[in-house]
Amino acid sequence: MTEFEPRVVGFLCNWCAYAGADLAGMSRITYPPNIRIIRVMCSGRIDPAFILEAFRSGADGVLIAGCHPGDCHYLSGNFKAYRRVVMLRKVLEQFGFEPERLRLQWVSASEGERFATVIKDMVKEIKKLGPSPLRIGG
Amino acid sequence: MSREKPRIGVYICHCGLNIGGVVDVADVTKYAKTLPNVVLAKDYVYMCSAPGQAMIKDDIKEHKLNRVIVASCTPRMHEPTFCKVMEEAGLNPYLFEMTNIREHCSWVHGDEPQKATKKAKDLIRMSVAKASLLEPLQRKEVDVTERALIIGAGISGIRAAVDLAQRGFEVYLVEKAPSIGGRMAQLNEVYPTGEKAVDVLKPLMDAIASHPKIKLFTNSEIEAVDGFIGNFKVKVTVKPRYVTNECNACGKCEYVCPIEVPNEHDFGLSKRKAIYLPFPTALPLMYIIDEENCNKCEKCIEACERGAVDLEEKRMKMEVDVGTIIVATGYDLYDPPKVEYGYKLYDNVITMPQLERLLDKSGPTNGELQFNGSTPRSIVFISCVGSRQEPGIYKPIVEDQQLNRYCSRVCCMAALKNALVIRERYPDTRVFYLYRDMRTFGKGHEEYYTKASESRILFIKYKLEAPPVVSENSNGLVVTVQDVFTNNEILAIPTDLVVLNVGAVPRADASEVQTKLRISRSADGFFQEVHAKLRPLDTAMDGIYLAGTAQGPKDITDSAAMGSAAAAKAAIPLARGKVEIEPIIALVNEDLCGGCRICEGVCEYGAIEMKEEDGKLTSSVLEAMCKGCGTCASSCPTGAITMHHFTDKQILAQVRAALKEEAKHD
Repeated sequence: MTEFEPRVVGFLCNWCAYAGADLAGMSRITYPPNIRIIRVMCSGRIDPAFILEAFRSGADGVLIAGCHPGDCHYLSGNFKAYRRVVMLRKVLEQFGFEPERLRLQWVSASEGERFATVIKDMVKEIKKLGPSPLRIGG
Repeated sequence: MSREKPRIGVYICHCGLNIGGVVDVADVTKYAKTLPNVVLAKDYVYMCSAPGQAMIKDDIKEHKLNRVIVASCTPRMHEPTFCKVMEEAGLNPYLFEMTNIREHCSWVHGDEPQKATKKAKDLIRMSVAKASLLEPLQRKEVDVTERALIIGAGISGIRAAVDLAQRGFEVYLVEKAPSIGGRMAQLNEVYPTGEKAVDVLKPLMDAIASHPKIKLFTNSEIEAVDGFIGNFKVKVTVKPRYVTNECNACGKCEYVCPIEVPNEHDFGLSKRKAIYLPFPTALPLMYIIDEENCNKCEKCIEACERGAVDLEEKRMKMEVDVGTIIVATGYDLYDPPKVEYGYKLYDNVITMPQLERLLDKSGPTNGELQFNGSTPRSIVFISCVGSRQEPGIYKPIVEDQQLNRYCSRVCCMAALKNALVIRERYPDTRVFYLYRDMRTFGKGHEEYYTKASESRILFIKYKLEAPPVVSENSNGLVVTVQDVFTNNEILAIPTDLVVLNVGAVPRADASEVQTKLRISRSADGFFQEVHAKLRPLDTAMDGIYLAGTAQGPKDITDSAAMGSAAAAKAAIPLARGKVEIEPIIALVNEDLCGGCRICEGVCEYGAIEMKEEDGKLTSSVLEAMCKGCGTCASSCPTGAITMHHFTDKQILAQVRAALKEEAKHD
C-alpha cells in the first residue's frame, strides 16, 4: 500500500497569505504538494459551509490562512475568521473529527518561508492523524 | 437568469522552463481537454507574450469561447494582462480565471515533478469548475476629486508637493511637526557636493509657502481616512500652537520664558524654552508653545508686543476631500540602548546626527567642534550601529522584537562626509573610522570615499563577530578593536569622543499610520510597496502611494527622486478625472434578506445601508463604499448576500473539484 498522502484544501486571503505563498514560490522554497489553494479576497469571506463542504468531500485537512492580527487589508476580517474557526473546531470535535484537521494560521506577504513551514507542519501532523474519518467510514 | 452554456478555453503556459521544466505540460493539456465545458486546451511557451495573447484572441473568435483560463503564474502578476486580452476580444474581463501553476506548483515542487503535474491538473480542474460559474460584471466610473494629500513634509513630501502643484493640482500638505523640512533640516552639509543642507532645502521650503496651489498644515495630524481612490475623505486635526499668525519671530517671548527643556532639533545637545522657534529657518517662521512643558506663567503674553500668544487656542478638526494620497512620513533614528558601545553610560559617546549638529553653524556650538568645552583631539566613529544586526551577536532592544537586519544605506556616506569636514577644519584632530563594510554605491560616492581615504582618516575594519568595545580608564575613553587588515591585531585607541553611526528605523507611529490608511508593512517594519521592482511606490490601497524613507532607508537624492515619482503617480488619476470602481463587491437579494442587521455589524466600511419599506427592514450595499472583502456574505444567515466573483457557488465548486477526482480513485 502506498503511503497515505493527506489532501488539504487551503483558503488563502489575497493580500497576505496568498502573496506569502507566492513568495515561497519566488524563493523556490519546497513544501509537500498536498495542498490545493483557493484564493479569496479576505479570510473573513470564508463561510463555515466552505470548510464543512471540504471535509464532506473528503479533505483530510483544511487550512485557513490570513493576515496577522492588526494587518488585515480589510481591518478585521481575520478576527472574524478566527472566531469562526474556534467555534468550528468545537463542532468538528463533536462530529468525531480531530480539531487539528482545521488550522488557522497567520501568514504575511513577506513570509514565504513561514508559509512553507506551515504546510510542512500541517501535512506531517495530518499524516500522523491518518485519513479523515469520513474517508475511512466510506 | 438565462445564461449561455460555458465554452471554456484552457491555456497552459510553459513559462520557458519555469513551469515546463517541472510540470509535464503536454500531459496536463491533454487532461484539461477532458474536463466539462472545456472546448479547447492549448499549451504555449509564454502565454503572456504577444503571440500567446494573439492566440487567445483568435481562439475566442474562432471557437466562440465565452470563458478563458490561463494556467501560468500568480494572478497577482498577469491577471490584468489577460483581462485586457479578454476585453480586446470583446469578452467581459470577469469571465477570465487564472490558475497558479508556477508560484504555487512548479517553483515549490521542483523535486517532485510527477506530483507537481498531478497538482497542476487538480488546480486546473478547480479553475474549470469556477470558470463555468463565472458571470460578467460591469466596471463603473466615478469622478475624481482633483486634489492630493501628502502626509509628511520632509524632503520627499516637499518635493512631491511642489511637483504636483506645478502640474496644476491642489495639494494639502500635512506635517506633524511645527515646521516643515524633516530630518534634512537637521543636517549640516550634504554629500557628495558639500553644499549646506539648508541652502539646498530652503528654496524648496519657500516654494511650499509661496505656491498658491499648496495648502500647508503644520503641527497637524491625520485622524482618519475613509473612502477610496478618487474620493478619499480625510479627517485632519490641527493642534494648537498657542501662537497666532501675528507672530513675527522676534524672540522676546523666548527670552522671558522660565522653562528650559532639551532641544530635540539638536538631539538634546542644547536647551530650548517652552515657547520656542523649532529652528532658525523654520517654516512657518513662528514660535510655538510646547504644551507639555508650559507652566502657563503668562510671561510670554506680557512680553509679546503683537499680542500673538493665545493660551486659549483650541484644537481644530476638519475634513478634506482628496483624490490621491502620498505617504511621506519618514523614519526615526535608531536609539541605542544604554551601554551599547557605552552609550548613555559615558557622556562623550554620542550619535552621528548629534555630531552633525555640532558641526552645523546653527547648532549648539555655532558650528565649532566643541565637546565639554574643548575640541576633541581624537574621535572614533563606529559604523553599523542598529543596522545589519545579526542574531546571536546583537540583541533586540525589546525582547522578542526583531533585529534590524537591513542596511540603513546612508550612514557610511554620512560618516565619510563628517570625517572629511573634521579633517579639513581641524587638521590636528585624528579620526578613526571603525567599519564592518564600506558601502559607497551612489553616483559620485566611491570618488568621495577615495577623497576621504586621502585625507588621513584611519580606516579600521572590524568583523561582525568581534564588534569594538568602548571602555574607560584613568585617562578617558578607550576603544578596543580587532583590526582585520593587520591579522586581527587588537588595537586600543584612546579617544575624546566616540560617535555611533546609528541607522534608520521605522517611525514609532508607523503602526498607527498603517491602521488609518489600511496599508501594509514589510518584515523590516517600513511601509510595503506592492512590488519591490516594478511598483515600488504603490501600496495595496489604490490611490495611496509611498515616498521617501517611509518605505525604507534612503538618502536625500533617492528621497527626492521618490517624491517626484510619487507625485507623477498620484497625478495620474487626478489628470484623468475619473477612476473605475471594481465590481467585485457584495449584493443583497432583498427578497431573501431577513433584516437581522448582522451584515451591518460586520462591515468595517459602513457600506451596508438598512432600508425600511412597508414595515420590512432590508439591507443594501453602498457600491462605492464596498471594498469587496465578502465578510458580510459569509455572515449572512439567510444566504441573501452574493459576493461577486467569489460567490458561494463558485467557491463550493472549487472545493468539490479539488477533492473530486481523487475520491473516485479510492
